[in-house]
Amino acid sequence: MTLPAVVLLVVFNYVPLFGLATAFQEYDPLAGVWESTWAGLYQFERLLSDSLFWGALKNTLYLSFVQLVLFFPVPIALALLLNSVLSERIRNFIQSVVYLPHFFSWVLAITIFQQMLGGAGAVNHFLRSNDIGTWDVMTNPDTFALLVTSQVIWKEAGWGIIVFLAALAAINTDLYEAAAADGAGRWRRLWHITLPGLRSVIVLMLVLRLGNALTVGFEQFLIQRNAVGHDTAEVLDTFSFYYGIATGDYSYGAAAGLFKSVISLLLIWGANKLAHAFGEDGLYRK
Amino acid sequence: MTLAIERIDTGTGSKTAASQEVRRRRRTERPSWEEPPTLAGEAAKGITLGGVLLIMLVPLWIIVVTSLSTQAAVNRAGGLVIWPDGLTLEAYKVMLADSTVRTALLVSLGITAVGTLVSMVVSVLCAYGLSRSRSLGHRFILMLLIITMFVNGGLIPTFLVVTGLGGYGQWWALILPSAVSVFNILILRAFYSSTSLDLIEAARIDGAGDWRILWSIVLPTSRAVTAVMALFYGVGYWNSFFNVMLYMPTDSEKWPLQYVLLTYVNRGNGMPGSVNSGFGSQFAQTAPLSLQMAVVVLTLVPLLVVYPFVQKHFRTGVLTGAIKG
Repeated sequence: MTLPAVVLLVVFNYVPLFGLATAFQEYDPLAGVWESTWAGLYQFERLLSDSLFWGALKNTLYLSFVQLVLFFPVPIALALLLNSVLSERIRNFIQSVVYLPHFFSWVLAITIFQQMLGGAGAVNHFLRSNDIGTWDVMTNPDTFALLVTSQVIWKEAGWGIIVFLAALAAINTDLYEAAAADGAGRWRRLWHITLPGLRSVIVLMLVLRLGNALTVGFEQFLIQRNAVGHDTAEVLDTFSFYYGIATGDYSYGAAAGLFKSVISLLLIWGANKLAHAFGEDGLYRK
Repeated sequence: MTLAIERIDTGTGSKTAASQEVRRRRRTERPSWEEPPTLAGEAAKGITLGGVLLIMLVPLWIIVVTSLSTQAAVNRAGGLVIWPDGLTLEAYKVMLADSTVRTALLVSLGITAVGTLVSMVVSVLCAYGLSRSRSLGHRFILMLLIITMFVNGGLIPTFLVVTGLGGYGQWWALILPSAVSVFNILILRAFYSSTSLDLIEAARIDGAGDWRILWSIVLPTSRAVTAVMALFYGVGYWNSFFNVMLYMPTDSEKWPLQYVLLTYVNRGNGMPGSVNSGFGSQFAQTAPLSLQMAVVVLTLVPLLVVYPFVQKHFRTGVLTGAIKG
């Protein structure tokens, strides 16, 4: 019964692993993997001396950092806020609304942002008609990191609360009652009961985020790269695409991809070690 | 080594003690020991949550209203229309009369339907097979699956394999490479291994085979998670556009709606092929705003139709699993 899934995974996941050999070649589409000339570490040497690649790496790390600082706390705060709403009806309604954008495609989400915040968008129209001047964030490289992070918040923060809501529901209410009886106020209970109750989930999400530090989203940048310019919007994934597939330099793109995968594996491993050091399970147990 | 995903709480749907406990603990009124809320606190909470709702809903409102507005209303507003001011279905009529949009709609619906079916069949079979822990090589296959979550060839080797198999310009290239989500399989498996064990044992004693058990016991008792998984897969197919960019970038006859939206609305290009469609130059240039917004709404509608039915199954259990990976 597992056969169809296994076949698909072997063909589209394991066979490409061998295709990574192209990263050590001068791949020629006409000759194929078997006949292409081997190039050793040549492609990696090219990468390391390519300022465009370093630019992409720098952008990726920067965007990852901004997302960690600005995005990560939002779902936690939202979950705490929502959890404090007593009416089941209101809670359900808010949940259905905030989950929704998670199911939008990036094309749709960015179109919506463009219509609202772009040069001809609703906000700028309002500013113009009140003689305040325009403020085109969609094409401004300086604010690009904030723009993409706010897009991620708009699209994914609502969905992100689910896991925290589940953890909140699992906290024993007797603890709150006992603490209240001992005179602990609202904020002390939050600090001493709620946050420790969320600790393992927060650590798990943090491990995932750190392990994926080199992945900041692909389609989101692919769509917006031309509007802001590649200096700011090029990330490692779009780099592989533009310098691998779009220009036909497959080996070069594959080398960039392999570089990213290896570092990512190390990051996941490292982040998980860190989680174990804090006495948490992290992504996998020992 | 145990993955976080193998520790999924499968409280949903099944009547396990955990889920009942969670339900019991759901507060609907303020317990007596809690201090009464302060006016300022309640106001701040209301304003924040209200603001969150507005940020989500106002853009959708503006887009829908603009798509329904007359050209005169759009001109009067100087762009997007916020308050309805002369409504018409004209934009939708024009849009559906255009062969590019019609084709794209059919392509999107087709890919989503076929893709979801393929994905669900493959995933359900695999998850059921893996949930019977006595089956042959079960641990090995599980490892084989899990490894792909951490290690994969990446964009270019996958592209080379798909094109090497002759997938360039083929429909299957949009479906098969991403048909299996190991993540979804693991969630399904977690449910299958925890639900209705007694029933399965009883059925087995009565001589029911695996197919029969899967069809008559496992699937009917796990409707909620099946619906949610189908939604995840379906949304994935409906939203995908990058694989189109990879495998059929120039073949506008085969473009799904998302790609049309990208070219036509997001990038503001004319519609390829529409010059010959009989609707003339109007489409060859940037389209009127109401028409653009109608395309946006069209990509939203199927989602909004399905969402309320599946959304009620998003209880914490399913989604805890879904998020953890």
